Amino acid sequence: MSAVGQRPGRATASLRHRLAERGIDPTLLLLVPGLVVAVALFVYPFSYGIGLTVQPTAAMQEQWGGGALANYVAFFRDPFVFDSVWLTMRLALPAALFNVLASVPVAMVLRHRFRGKRLLTSLLVLPITLGTVLTAQGLLIFAGRQGWINRTLLELGLVDEPLKLVNNYLGVMLSLIITGFPFAFLLISSYLSGIDPSLEQAAKTLGAGWWQRFRRIVLPLLAPGLATTFVLTFVLAFSVFPSARLVGDAMGETRVMSLMAFRAFGEQNDYTMASTIALMMGAVELIVVVAVLGLRSLLYRGTTGGKG
Amino acid sequence: MSDFESLELRGVGRRFGGVDALAGLDLTIRAGEFVALLGPSGCGKSTALNCLAGLLPLTHGEIRLDGRRIDTLPPERRGFGMVFQSYALFPHLSVAKNVAFGLQMRGVPRAEIDARVRAAIDLVKLGEHAKKLPGQLSGGQQQRVAIARAVVLEPSLVLMDEPLSNLDAKLRLDMRTEIRRLHQSLGLTTIYVTHDQEEALSLADRLVVMREGRVQQVGTPDELYESPASWYVADFMGYRNILPATVVSASGGEAVVELPRVGSAGDGGVRLIGRAVGGLGAGDRARVAVRPEDFTVTGAPRVAPASTSGGGTTGDAGSVPGSVSVVEYHGREFAVGVQAGDTMLHARATTAPDVGGAVTLTAPVDRVLVFPESLDAVVVAPREVAA
Amino acid sequence: MAASTLERPLAARPSTWFVWAGMTAFGVFLLGILVAVVVDSFGRQWFDTWLPDGFTTERYVAAWDRFDLGEVVGVTVGVAVLVVVISVLVGVPAAYALARRDFPGKRAVMLLFLLPVLMPPVTYGIPLATVMYSFGLGRTLTAVVLVNLVPSVPFVILTMTPFIEQINPAIESAARMCGARTRQVFTRILAPLLVPGILAAAILVLVRTVGLFELTFLVSGPGSDTLVVAIYRGMTAAGGGEARQLISAMSVIYTATMLAMLVVALRFVNPTQLVAQVKETRDD
Repeated sequence: MSAVGQRPGRATASLRHRLAERGIDPTLLLLVPGLVVAVALFVYPFSYGIGLTVQPTAAMQEQWGGGALANYVAFFRDPFVFDSVWLTMRLALPAALFNVLASVPVAMVLRHRFRGKRLLTSLLVLPITLGTVLTAQGLLIFAGRQGWINRTLLELGLVDEPLKLVNNYLGVMLSLIITGFPFAFLLISSYLSGIDPSLEQAAKTLGAGWWQRFRRIVLPLLAPGLATTFVLTFVLAFSVFPSARLVGDAMGETRVMSLMAFRAFGEQNDYTMASTIALMMGAVELIVVVAVLGLRSLLYRGTTGGKG
Repeated sequence: MSDFESLELRGVGRRFGGVDALAGLDLTIRAGEFVALLGPSGCGKSTALNCLAGLLPLTHGEIRLDGRRIDTLPPERRGFGMVFQSYALFPHLSVAKNVAFGLQMRGVPRAEIDARVRAAIDLVKLGEHAKKLPGQLSGGQQQRVAIARAVVLEPSLVLMDEPLSNLDAKLRLDMRTEIRRLHQSLGLTTIYVTHDQEEALSLADRLVVMREGRVQQVGTPDELYESPASWYVADFMGYRNILPATVVSASGGEAVVELPRVGSAGDGGVRLIGRAVGGLGAGDRARVAVRPEDFTVTGAPRVAPASTSGGGTTGDAGSVPGSVSVVEYHGREFAVGVQAGDTMLHARATTAPDVGGAVTLTAPVDRVLVFPESLDAVVVAPREVAA
Repeated sequence: MAASTLERPLAARPSTWFVWAGMTAFGVFLLGILVAVVVDSFGRQWFDTWLPDGFTTERYVAAWDRFDLGEVVGVTVGVAVLVVVISVLVGVPAAYALARRDFPGKRAVMLLFLLPVLMPPVTYGIPLATVMYSFGLGRTLTAVVLVNLVPSVPFVILTMTPFIEQINPAIESAARMCGARTRQVFTRILAPLLVPGILAAAILVLVRTVGLFELTFLVSGPGSDTLVVAIYRGMTAAGGGEARQLISAMSVIYTATMLAMLVVALRFVNPTQLVAQVKETRDD
């Protein structure tokens, strides 16, 4: 028997073993179909789209100049297009913020056991299966000039003439809340359930009131989850399209970016401008997402006590 | 059941990310032996077991079964049985189907499967639970299923990875007896990984103590218990008092050491005489190891220096003055914590001394072991310590 | 007192009432929307009154014929099933590799699968649709299925990876130690353990695919429109009372289809697993 302290000089491992040590083995072949789909249907079209943006149509070049960058010039110079950035943000940011902030107290309350919780939870999840188009149709009927809401308000004498709840900014906002809130609620609930309840009880034994418990214990632990939820809800609201068209004012105050992209794509058949708007949309979203996630890592470093 | 003569590990090692999880493991296991790999977590004992099972590829060395090289075979073709720390029962299969799984994989005829499964389940005394799912069983029962699943295949070697560490203390004792019984009655060859020295000592024919991927000592429980080769092994073998020391003089297998941090402040520390293990010279840094039960607690403090002449092996090693700080009741005896200088020493006493009272600890010279501080020069092979 | 505060710690506070008021408003809107559409779809004439002046089912017959709904529902179900099957077949193996192996570039691969979920569908949808048209796939069923795979495959991967991670790898090792080969480990051990997760992921993909509007709309045309797209086209093409009720009828059919698929799917999966799985997923 040899003494320890000197390793046998020759490594007897085969190449297969040495690769396996770094995590490379035949199991990775399982990734191939997924990668093929991602590359063929996502990476390739995406790069193709980037290429398209610098091949503007002749009409575009003539109108806006800038040569190969004519589409970008048009995007920033044409107020009809560029204003859509602001119009989109004006809808998506407050909607996402409201959905996240409103979810917190609701999730806090629904966290505890009570009768009818299942029913209430399923009611909240229902809009996810309804989809934006049906929600839009329902809103038009329910909240329209002659809908039940206005009818009730008139009967009660609360208003003199019907409120304008649809075909404007408010209509889209309502639709974004109805479809986005349940999503935010589900997420926040799952983050909340990842926080060990004994932490709060510990705080209670240390003399913390309910606000102090929320402010000092729950909120800091929930913060990363809030940021993630905000990002995902924002992504949903940001790409709003059907509702902006159906319950909004498509050429006016809800002329969002995705509508502009669709207009260029479907109505003007200018694929290069459509790609440009689509990519700028991705860029704007990315800026917000990075900002929020940056803020999150700035504010909080640590674990939630649950997963996430 | 073991249908081989010997299993030989030669220079077995596994490097991962530039770190030796296991290095230079040489071990020969004879059929019918019960070998325990002992060490704290991260010492490489589980790595060794997984390499043996084939679940982790080796990066160095080879494994031979009766001279036939097996380290290139995938785990399913080595024919070993394994019991996992987390039991790893198939949660969707009943107890009987869990046990039958391996036989089905080997294409054993149906009638024979039924008979062998029933026998294996009876062996672990789970007859009435055969139809249950693993989730419906207690921890101890699940562990029995895992053992039955491994032994029903009549494997040439059974590998056990800390099988008892998820059980509570009482169940652990019962299962320990059970494992030893199965090993003997079935004539198994078993390799058992644990961090519990009591488990290893009571179960194994031979122990392998490991540290940082390397073997520290191999030997029978008796050899290791009586003659640990290093203070690291001693620590595992119940030497709870391990104190840094400086060698004053060493000769004839005995060493006089000075304990700088023990004893009253200002007098430069207490001197002890002990049995030298390994090469020691004057001025070397050393570690002194004493079991709590080898200390005698006496009430009146005595004057410190023991025999300056270096006494005989039967004489006192010296005495350590201190004050009692903790007394715990342990049934037949008391565990006494004695504060000596800035060190807490552990001792046993049959009567409870007063907390805060001054006492003196003494121990026989041959019960005080003096080791070199460095662990790197330790010899692997079992060694006879010259008396 | 102590016990009751534990159970309903927020019960007596004004904030709780505020929450319940908000919830009620939300519920009123939700039910109002649903009921209004259903009532409208069965209504004869409905202008300036609380309820329509009579009820009929003929809107359904009319809508069915006018929008060729037999075909549309067929396309919707067919596309959804195809997308579910393909994304499970592609996504589950990939999720397995991601859950069980650490390899150089793993983070990049994860990011690649995360991007389509994080990005607005329009951003990659328009270049993708352009590619589809240039390959001559525009307005075909193939294109509709392909574009729906872009968010679905990553979705299955992101759902299944944590699910597979929580299956103890020692179980696979144990199967190997029992003599099972790779194929047997997959068919006899992993597949049965993965079934609940796969079903949950499949249902979610199903719901998303049936409800996904933007991507389908970009590449579909007559003969490859799904229900949502058909409704949207109906709403944007026509205006006025008569058409509105046809749309409502179509919307009810959409909801009924969705519910039917969900009910069928839920027969095979425990709803609590679905919810648990939803939570798992969202955590990423």
